[in-house]
Amino acid sequence: MAFRSAVITFPGSNCDRDMAVALEKVSGSAPQRVWHGDASLPDGLDFIALPGGFSYGDYLRSGAMAARSPIMKSVIAAAEKGVPVLGVCNGFQVLTESGLLPGALMRNASQNFICRDVPLKVENTQSLFTAGYDADEVITIPVAHHDGNFFADDATLDRIEGEGRVAFRYLESCNGSQRDIAGILNSAGNVLGMMPHPERAIEEEHGGSDGRALFENAINGLVRA
Amino acid sequence: MKVHIHVSLKPGVLDPQGRAIHHELEALGFDGVNDVRAGKLIELDVADNTSDDDLDQMCRKLLANMVIENYRIEKLETA
Repeated sequence: MAFRSAVITFPGSNCDRDMAVALEKVSGSAPQRVWHGDASLPDGLDFIALPGGFSYGDYLRSGAMAARSPIMKSVIAAAEKGVPVLGVCNGFQVLTESGLLPGALMRNASQNFICRDVPLKVENTQSLFTAGYDADEVITIPVAHHDGNFFADDATLDRIEGEGRVAFRYLESCNGSQRDIAGILNSAGNVLGMMPHPERAIEEEHGGSDGRALFENAINGLVRA
Repeated sequence: MKVHIHVSLKPGVLDPQGRAIHHELEALGFDGVNDVRAGKLIELDVADNTSDDDLDQMCRKLLANMVIENYRIEKLETA
């Protein structure tokens, strides 16, 4: 059966096309494009992606408005039913603002917008998104953000670490994130939020393909299941 | 009714913006600034019968992120 995915576009999203291209290249099926104001998602989705960008101009807090937009009620309901949800960059901010993931993403400690390739250590290789990587594998994925400084209180950090929910960690100082956390999973493992952009790293001619395994594993895992 | 919502970072949450402002104040020659924390002021104009509970819910559901921020509601006399 064809892989059915959706990419949500908020006003101010700017990586939605990149995400759609990555999903189509890897799965062979074009994702459905869903607008933030839509009341419901297409039926029978295998995968939902929240793309990067500056939804609602980052008004109030990054991701704050998008997290409360009409479509997010359906995204939250789908996530709670186990549908895989990937949020990248602004998508990660939307996931924390919506409560699907713990913590918050604050202004980078340096105050600067950071746009460069960063080395990441794959910390969890059990999830749908990360099982295509080797334990402790080091991958290179680009980041491009101003608000990527992950914060949670110590008890929350200890809990997500203890439950193996840190998916990726920066291997060099990046944005001031607590414990160098670059991406986290929800407790069920079907929601991943990450600041680095795997969708920008799926083809060698674009500078690297270390992000491809994330999509391949998620898509193949779902098609097999 | 005019209401001011003061949103501030919780104690212990690193405030890069406040730190940058602090450095800049020192660079301008102001000594004795011990700390700077930057927050937000949100001005609301709401119906006079808006309940305290509604104001509280507005803060918790949208205006503040309770993971990192505190809020204080200040009701102003109607002008």
